[in-house]
Amino acid sequence: MDSAIEIMMILLMLSDMALLGLSRLRTCISIVSFQGMLLGLLALVTQFTALTPRLILIAAASFIIKGFVFPFLLRRGIREAGTQHEIQPYIGYIMSVIAGLVMLGVSFWLGTKLPLFTGNSSSSLIIPAALTTLFTGLFLIIARKNALNQCLGYIIMENGIYTFGIVSVVEIPLLVELGILLDVFVAVFVMGIAIYHINREFDHLDADRLNILKG
Amino acid sequence: MRTLSFINILLGLLLAPLLLGIINKTKAFYAGRTGQSLLQAYYDIIKQLRKGAVYSKTTSWIFRTGPTLGLAAVLLGLVIVPLGGIPAPLAFSGDMLLLAYILGLMRFFTVIAALDTGSSFEGMGASREVLYSALAEPALLVGLAAIARETHFLSLSQMMPAVSFLSPEVVLVTVALLIVFLCENARIPIDDPNTHLELTMIHEVMVLDHGGPDFAFILYSSALKMWILGLIIIGIFLPYPAGYSPYMQVVYAIFGLFLLAVIVGVIESSMARLRLIRIPQLLVAASTLSAFAFILVLR
Repeated sequence: MDSAIEIMMILLMLSDMALLGLSRLRTCISIVSFQGMLLGLLALVTQFTALTPRLILIAAASFIIKGFVFPFLLRRGIREAGTQHEIQPYIGYIMSVIAGLVMLGVSFWLGTKLPLFTGNSSSSLIIPAALTTLFTGLFLIIARKNALNQCLGYIIMENGIYTFGIVSVVEIPLLVELGILLDVFVAVFVMGIAIYHINREFDHLDADRLNILKG
Repeated sequence: MRTLSFINILLGLLLAPLLLGIINKTKAFYAGRTGQSLLQAYYDIIKQLRKGAVYSKTTSWIFRTGPTLGLAAVLLGLVIVPLGGIPAPLAFSGDMLLLAYILGLMRFFTVIAALDTGSSFEGMGASREVLYSALAEPALLVGLAAIARETHFLSLSQMMPAVSFLSPEVVLVTVALLIVFLCENARIPIDDPNTHLELTMIHEVMVLDHGGPDFAFILYSSALKMWILGLIIIGIFLPYPAGYSPYMQVVYAIFGLFLLAVIVGVIESSMARLRLIRIPQLLVAASTLSAFAFILVLR
C-alpha cells in the first residue's frame, strides 16, 4: 500500500508541474480532473484497512465532483468564451516551472519541519505533496490573468487542502469535509457565472481588466 | 575482468552503427516498407572512407581537425562507460562529469568547424545546437547526480550495478535521460535526421560541408555517441541480473541497447517533429523530471 501511495503522491506533484508549464486550457482542465480522481482513490488507499461508509462517501463525492462535474462546468466555460490558450500570463511558463521546482523544494523542507501525523508511515511524501499542490494553486491564481486559469488554481488549492485532510481523515468530522467540498462546488459554480459575465463584458477572460471598473 | 572490459570497447566499436540500422528498420516496418539494410550505416561509412575530401578555400585548419577531434573525444567517452556490469577500463570517482564534458567537447568542435565554413546556414544550425544542448545538459547532470546520491557512488562503473530496480527516482531519471538521448542524437521529436530543409535542421546542417573521410568520422562518432548515451540509460534502467556469468550480462546489456533502438524507432514513427519553439519546453520538462528525482532522493 505504501508504494501505491508514494506513486500517487509523485503523480500528484508531477501533475502540479505540468499545470505550471502548460498553456492549453483544455489540457489543464483534464489534468485537474485527473488530480481529482487520483485524490478520490487516495482516500480509499490510505485507509484501506478501515473502510467506513463515511470514508467511501467522501471519496466518491470527491471523485465525481472533481473528476467529472468541475471539468464539465469549466469546459462549458471555455466553449462559451472561445478561449483556448492563456495568451500572456504575468509569469511565463518556463519561469513558472522553475518557481514550481523551488516550491517543491520548500515543501519537502517544510515537510521535515512539520512531522505531523507520524503514525502514518507513508506520510513522508503526503505532506510535501499537499504543500506543493497548495502552493501551485496559489501561484496559478497570482501568475495567470485568465479567469478560468485562476478558477483552476482555486480547485488545485482545494486539492492540496483535501490531501492534508486525508492524512487525518479519521479525526475530521464528515460534516466539515463535505462542507468544504460543497463550498468549492458553489465557488466554482459562481466563478462559472462570473467568467460568463467577464467574457460578455470584455470579449476575453483576462481578469486584470477588471481594474478599470474601479472609479 | 580486465580483458573483458576491453572486449566491451571492441563490441562498441563494432556494433554502434548497427543501432542506426535497427532504428531505420523499425521505422520502415511501421511505414510498411522493406527499408534499407540493417548494415547500411557500415556501407555509408566505408563508402565515405574510400573517397577523397574537398576543402573550401575559406576554411582553415579548424575545419579539418573538427571531425578527427570529435571522433577522438567520443572514443575517450567509450572507455569511461561500463557495459553489462563490468567496470569500464577508465573508471574513477567523478567520471560521469568527465563523460558529460567529453560529449560537450565533441559538440564544441563540431560547432566551431561549422562556423569556420563561414556559411550563415551552418551558423544557424550551430546556434541551435548550442542552445538545445545547453538546455539538455542540466537534465543529464542533475539526473546523474540523483543516481549518484541514491547509490552513493560517483563513478559510472560503480553506480550502475548499485541502482535499485524501478524505484520512482530511477523511472523519472530514465524518462529525462531518454529525452536527452533523443536531443543529443538528433532524433525526431527534437531534430529530424532525414530532413534537409533549412528551417528544421539542427545537427545535419552543421556537417554539410564535410565530405569523404571527414564525413565518415562524423557518421561513426555520432553512432558511437548514441551507443554511449544508450549504455547510460540501459545501465540505469535495466539493472543486470545478479548471479549470471559476465558474458551473459554483456549479452543482456546489448539486448537492452537494441531494445532501446527499437523504442526510438517507435517514437520516431508515432510522433511528429516538434516546432522549434516547443523544444525548449520539452527540455525544461526533462530538467524538471531530473530535479524532481533529485529532490526525492535528498529527502
